[in-house]
Formats: sequence, structure tokens, C-alpha cells
Amino acid sequence: MNPPTPGSTTASADAVRHALERHAQQPGALLPVLHAVQDALGHVPADAVPAIAEALNLSRAEVHGVITYYHFFRSTPPGRHVLQVCRAEACQACGAEELLAHAERTLGCERHHTRADGALTLEPVYCLGLCASSPAIQIDDRLHARVTPQRLDALVGALGLQR
Amino acid sequence: MSAAVRIFVPRDSAALAAGADEVAAALAGACARRGLAVDIVRNGSRGLFWLEPLVEVVTPAGRVAYGPVQAEDIESLLAHGLLQGGAHSLCHGLTEQIPYLARQERLTFARMGLHDPLSLADYEAHEGWAGLRRALQLDGAEVVQQVLDSGLRGRGGAAFPAGIKWRTVLQAEGPQKYVVCNADEGDSGTFSDRMVMEGDPYMLIEGMVIAGLAVGATQGYVYIRSEYPDAIAVMREAIVRATAAGFLGDDVCGSGRAFHLQVRKAAGAYVCGEETAMLESIEGKRGVVRAKPPLPAIEGLFGRPTVINNVISLASVPIILARGADFYRDYGMGRSRGTLPFQLAGNIKHGGLVEKAFGLSLRELIFDFGGGTRSGRPVKAVQVGGPLGAYVPESQWDLPLDYEAYAAVGAVLGHGGIVVHDDSADMAKLARYAMEFCALESCGKCTPCRIGSTRGVEAIDRAIANQNRPQQIHLLRDLCDTMLHGSLCAMGGMTPYPVLSALNHYPEDFGLSVPDTKAA
Repeated sequence: MNPPTPGSTTASADAVRHALERHAQQPGALLPVLHAVQDALGHVPADAVPAIAEALNLSRAEVHGVITYYHFFRSTPPGRHVLQVCRAEACQACGAEELLAHAERTLGCERHHTRADGALTLEPVYCLGLCASSPAIQIDDRLHARVTPQRLDALVGALGLQR
Repeated sequence: MSAAVRIFVPRDSAALAAGADEVAAALAGACARRGLAVDIVRNGSRGLFWLEPLVEVVTPAGRVAYGPVQAEDIESLLAHGLLQGGAHSLCHGLTEQIPYLARQERLTFARMGLHDPLSLADYEAHEGWAGLRRALQLDGAEVVQQVLDSGLRGRGGAAFPAGIKWRTVLQAEGPQKYVVCNADEGDSGTFSDRMVMEGDPYMLIEGMVIAGLAVGATQGYVYIRSEYPDAIAVMREAIVRATAAGFLGDDVCGSGRAFHLQVRKAAGAYVCGEETAMLESIEGKRGVVRAKPPLPAIEGLFGRPTVINNVISLASVPIILARGADFYRDYGMGRSRGTLPFQLAGNIKHGGLVEKAFGLSLRELIFDFGGGTRSGRPVKAVQVGGPLGAYVPESQWDLPLDYEAYAAVGAVLGHGGIVVHDDSADMAKLARYAMEFCALESCGKCTPCRIGSTRGVEAIDRAIANQNRPQQIHLLRDLCDTMLHGSLCAMGGMTPYPVLSALNHYPEDFGLSVPDTKAA
């Protein structure tokens, strides 16, 4: 299993219980429950699945199926920082592919991966909605528009990561 | 001491991404240090994104615009009389007179950027709730008739007449009906839904309440993509405030009629923008497309009659009710009535939102409004209507932007997203990307989409590498034909649009000789 993180078993059980208390009663509760768990823990750990399934009268396979269907839900914790680079067409038209390649090269991290030191997860995304100010990226909760490789270096530099 | 000067600094996420929070903080700090009384209002965006953060100062002559302003510009701006609307290299004069804005026909976006999006008083002062109040004087069938008469068609992309959908739900029997707003705006090049939710959320709420009253639905959902956290936060807060003020809840405006509204956060599946996949997702399942029939209007959310409309469709309803169907229908051409908020994106100098009546040309949009490419290079291709829209070559830039005129050349207007590429674009690579995106986002239910997209990537790769190129192109066309006619929804059914348009109009990028090989 994963190393101890905020998603360790007790915290996980608390988060799941809390999410179920708040959301289980509404029609179509599964997505709101999963969002609440991921908001609390940063991911939806495998050991959360049985409790969610039981509370919502679903099979574990159904819950697992939903978690893995949606790109947004994570089954494992992300790195301490998450860098998302948009590679949809409007960003591609302004150099997004080069920007993503630059990020992979300079950060030592392939897309869809988390760096070995756990500092950073690099993900392509498909549209952050800043298509008139492309290319766009998101670092943790913060959006940035018209990002050049130099600007990306400065923004990532401010995170204080080891190269 | 004189009265505080009112200054607007947008809170739209595109402005925030360009540094609007830092600008607001620097402005507040600098004015405090100088003992200047200012009232900083965080408004929505005007939609002139190349000027964001766009700071506006209220002067006796009107609102004066400055942009793009960075935090480090504040000292210089203040020194040049920012608070009096003083001249500066970043000054664009009166906002209303900026040609990009002055030449638009803003109906749905009339209030956009004018005020604090969450202020109920500001909304009310700018024609807010007028449509709802009118709807409350009519019965359901009369409201539906107004929407029918306006000619409003679904702005999500399918362009189905909204009034017909509403009438079907009105006439359907059911113990519970729903209104669902599709705010899963995943198309690259589009941001009008996001702007509405962040910048004028009560307009969407008003449109949904009117829809609910018209068809007899008492519960609504707004399904918003997870990539739009700001829109989700603003909509949630707007729903709380509108409920407290009596515009939502058990007794809408004292009418004794109920309409409740809830935000549902999506989870990053593009295909959930397809209406039946969205319903599955709201029900808590994998967002897999349903076969139609039954139509969602008859058996929709939780098996009940459901109105499903895009954000812009619903947001257009208040003005239709407030000003009358004729007012709206008088804009536009042919069977495309009213206005469309076009979104200029990608490699464009003046990217932003342009709301115009149907009928203008792509050339006017790209050059008169957009000012050509941001890179300064020639425009090569323009993708209209999102990732499932065709690449439109220069020979078609003078066609009127009208649903039927575009359909006649195998293109679509879709949700009004316009992505400009300069001459460095490789159309074979973009065609490959369209197939790759379809493979990534396919829900997997139907074979043409699930398998065809992966085979499409392979065929394009081999064509590019010149491994039996003519055969690969033949195979690709055959595959596109299968996807077009055999897919369950637009995901697989329209992925061929960008692929075939790239192939037909830019064969040289696939290594083919220029008089193309349609016969192959």
C-alpha cells in the first residue's frame, strides 16, 4: 500500500464517514461523496471503496468503476505540487506541446507521472477554459495564462523544488 | 475629503490567471499609502482577454479602461492620474467606445463585466429578474410559446430548437420533472459558459427558474466541469443568495411555485458534455452514453422528463421573456435567430468574447475583431465549433456564420468556439490529435468510437511515415465513414469532422499531392 500520507487509514475512515454523512442522502450521491473524499485526502484510497459501496447500496465494482472512469479522481496520492499543462487545440496553437516537453525535460518528470521524490506530479489537461490567453497551465489551485517556457521556469522555481 | 473613486478589477478566472488579484492588492495598498479613497469592485470580465487584467475607473464621462495592467504598473498609473481617468500608455479611453466592444450586439452578455457578479442589487438594476417576473404572469404553455417564437436553438452545439424540447417536457406526464443545465464546457476554444457562471450567475439561475416554471419542473441541476472551480464557487454562492432572496426555493417570488437548484461537480470526462452521459454522471454512474430513444425529454434524469440545455441557451431565456420573442428573433439570419457569443481563441491577437447576430463571416471575426494571429504569421486554418468541429480553410472564410451555411460545407458552428492556427500548424498532426483525443475520451459503449479512434491514430501515423500512404488514406476515409454513421453520439460521430477537413483542405500536410485524393 501507499506510504503514510494524509490518506492513512484513520484519516481515510474519518473522511469517508464525513463525506457519507453529508452527501449520501441525495439522489445520485456517488460523485458528490467521491469529491468530498478527494477534497479531504487528495485522492480516493482503495480502502474507502467498501464503506462507500455499502452506504450507497452499490457493489464495490461499481464504485471502483466510477473512480477509474473519471480522469479527475485519483486512486493514489499526487505529488506535493501538481502541474497541469493544457494541451487542447487553442493552447497547441500557441506552443503548448513545446511547453509540456519543456516541463518534462526541466523538471525531470514525464507526463502522467509523479517525480520519485514526491515533489511534483505533471499532467496534461484538456482545456482550462483560458483559450483566449493560451497556453495555460495550473499549478495546484492557481491558473496562469500566456505561459512561456521562461515563465514556467519562474513559476516552478517559486515552488522551491530540487532540480 | 472627496467621495471614494470606484475602480473595477475583474475576478474572472482568465483575469486572475493574468494577475488580477495582485493588481487589486497593489492598487489598494498604493491608494492607502497615498490617502486616496477608492472603492475597488471585483467585476466579471468584459471579455477583452488580451487586455486582462482590465482596470476600469469610474469618471464623470464614463468608465475609463486601462490594460493589460500588472501590479508593477500601479505606481506609474497613479502618477498619471489613474483616478481621474488620466492619459497613460495603457489607457484605452472609455470602455464602451473600445471598437471591439462597441461593434458587438450584446444581448446575453449585456451585463457582462459591468458589476459585482454576486450583487443582487446590481443584477436587479440591470434588467435582472424582468424575464422571470414576466414568466410568472404567463402559464407554462405561453412561456414555451415565447421560447419557440424566439427561434432559440440549443447553443451547446446541436442547435435543436429549445422551445420544442421544452414543449415535449411540458406535455410529458411525470410525478417529478427536472431542468438540467449542461455546463460541462469541455471544448477547446470555448469559455462563454464559464464567463456566464463567473460573471453573471443570476442570469443563468433566472433562465433555469423560467424553464422550471414553464415545464413544471421543481428541481434543477447545474452540471459544471471540475476544471472550473471558480465557476462552481460563484454559482454555489449565487444559489445561496438567490434562495435567501426568494428567487429560488419553495415559493419563487411569492408565486407559491417551487424551484430548487443544485450544483453538481463533474469529474473530468469530456464525453459527459453529451447529454445522456451527463445524466448518467448526475445519477452517480460512469458517464456512458445512453441509446436514444427514449429522449431525455420523456425519460431523462432518474427516468423522469427532463429539460437539458446548455448554459448559453438558458442564459438567453431571460431577455427573450423580458423583451419579447420578436425582439430576439429580429437578430440573425435564416433559421439561425438571435445572437451567438463567439469565442476567439488560440493564435489570435485580440482573443475574447464577441457576441454578434448570426450572419457575419469568419473573416470579419478573425481580422476585424481578432486582428489576425498573435504570432504575426499568416492564418492557416481555423477550427470552428470545438475539438469535434471542422478546420475551415480560407476559401470558406466569407461564408455567413449560420448553422445551415456551415452544415452545407461539412462544418459546424457548435458552441461558437473559434481556434486560430498560423502557418506553422501541421494539419496531419492536428488530425492525429483529434483521433487521439477521441480515443482518450471515448466512453467505450459503441465500437466505431472506441476502436475506430485508436485505429485512426494508427492509420494517420502510418500515412505520415509514408508506409503505404494511399492505402492508409483510403483506410482512414473508410474509418471516418464508419464513425460518422455508426457512432452512438457526437464524440465518435463528429471526430471525423476535423480529420476529414484537415485531409481534404490540407492534403500536402499528409504528404499527398495538392489536387487531393478524394477518390482514393
